[in-house]
Amino acid sequence: MKKNTINSNAVITIRDLKKSYGDNYVLNGFNLDLYEGENLVIMGKSGSGKSVMIKCLIGLEEHDSGTVIIMGKNIDDLDHDELDELRTEIGFLFQGSALYDSMSVRENLEFPLRRHTKKFGEINDASPLVMEALESVGLARAVDLMPSELSGGMKRRIALARTLILKPQIILYDEPTTGLDPITSKEIVLLMKSVQEKYKTSSIIITHDVDCARAISNRMILLVDGINYAEGTYEELVEMEDPKIKAFFK
Amino acid sequence: MGTQKTINSLQVFLTEVGDISYFAGRFFTDVFKRPFEFKEFLRQCYNMGNRSLLLVGVTGFIIGLVFTLQSRPTLQEFGAVAWMPSMVGISIIREIGPIITALICAGRIGSGIGAELGSMRVTEQIDAMEVSGTNPFKYLVITRILATTFMLPILVIIGDAIALYGSYLVENIKGDVSFQLYFSEVFSSLEFGDVIPSTIKSFFFGFAIGLVGCYKGYNCDKGTEGVGLAANSAVVYTSLLLFVIDFVAVLVADLFYEL
Ligand SMILES: Nc1ncnc2c1ncn2[C@@H]1O[C@H](COP(=O)(O)OP(=O)(O)OP(=O)(O)O)[C@@H](O)[C@H]1O
Ligand SMILES: [Mg+2]
Repeated sequence: MKKNTINSNAVITIRDLKKSYGDNYVLNGFNLDLYEGENLVIMGKSGSGKSVMIKCLIGLEEHDSGTVIIMGKNIDDLDHDELDELRTEIGFLFQGSALYDSMSVRENLEFPLRRHTKKFGEINDASPLVMEALESVGLARAVDLMPSELSGGMKRRIALARTLILKPQIILYDEPTTGLDPITSKEIVLLMKSVQEKYKTSSIIITHDVDCARAISNRMILLVDGINYAEGTYEELVEMEDPKIKAFFK
Repeated sequence: MGTQKTINSLQVFLTEVGDISYFAGRFFTDVFKRPFEFKEFLRQCYNMGNRSLLLVGVTGFIIGLVFTLQSRPTLQEFGAVAWMPSMVGISIIREIGPIITALICAGRIGSGIGAELGSMRVTEQIDAMEVSGTNPFKYLVITRILATTFMLPILVIIGDAIALYGSYLVENIKGDVSFQLYFSEVFSSLEFGDVIPSTIKSFFFGFAIGLVGCYKGYNCDKGTEGVGLAANSAVVYTSLLLFVIDFVAVLVADLFYEL
């Protein structure tokens, strides 16, 4: 893949993305293409800038230079309302779930619907949508609990339900399995797969969990030194001899 | 070395003042933009009243009581006990009521806002709002600042009334003054020039409490210490700011008197 060509059937294209905090150069020209229906796994050491990259992608952090194109739109050219509208098509699962503690599970799920009436029209009764999203993650019974009453794995699933409620075309997962036991991790991976089949989403999955990466990825990018250091399928990457790549698959 | 340190801390202080002013500016530009989060505003008003009413009431009552008990012997010495209602009324309405209520709310509400928004920042809940298409500044900050601005004058009035009632109780027991006599004395001694400036001042107090609490919480540093620091510095900065506002208010009111 040449550096500056923009592939037309990519839903997300990132070219030469740079981002630094003071003297800390986190991203030094990162490139990425996400194709429709694909599960793209991004791996990188802790602190390598994975979360920063995904936040630049969705406009939570401003990048220093480079281009981010989501579904044909350059995010730098969008005003606030247009960006919000684009964001209805993108689900973001935060590293720490980021459920609103002061609201019940139901209110957490209803929250994204408040401002997105353009996509759904005026919603009089959100409960069918709430229940549908909760059922997709298998937690319909938790609807009236508060986030403080949920376990870590349940929080992760409720957070996923909250992103599903907008029926996004793209889902960004920031370390969906980190901090969970192996069994719950597997459940989450299965859940992500079933979500992808049900909602036909394209996903970017950030993880340093090799099992998760093997199970879910169609393609992988290794983020090292702020660039897309290596790309390929899981099998291709495992075979590579470069010590920096080998370190991931020990 | 010493001067360098002073310059540095002065720089930090000025940057902070600049940032808070910018934050306040953002409040004034965004407050008129639609949509207005009315439900959240009401919820914040209710929360604020609910959390501080009892405290304001109890403090007001005790202050009224103590203030009257302590000034009584002196007034008696000069044979001026009859002036008690006017003296207590004027000092409570002009100064003690607003500043004590504001300080209590700075401790109770300001720190609460700092901690709440701080922990929302740290756990990325504010980012999550942003991504889900709700402007977190409008939803969280503007509603809270408006709520403190509107609620503080109301709390001040309630606090004043309870303080005066406490003072009346002392007068009633010690001096056999009737309810009617006491309060007609209080009201006849009060002028517009006492009530209006202190009400306006209370609005500013409320605004300061909301502004600093929100600023500290919204810009909280990552990490758990960040949240504690946000709550703590919200109280410290607000209390300082309250006295500055009080001072300026007295100066301005004094100018008007001269005119
Ligand atoms: N808001 C910020 N201000 C300053 N530096 C930041 C900020 N956010 C991230 N960084 C820095 O950017 C670098 C990358 O952070 P990032 O959170 O993207 O790592 P990560 O790859 O997601 O790691 P992990 O796997 O632990 O989540 C770190 O060195 C971090 O210190
Ligand atoms: Mg991260």
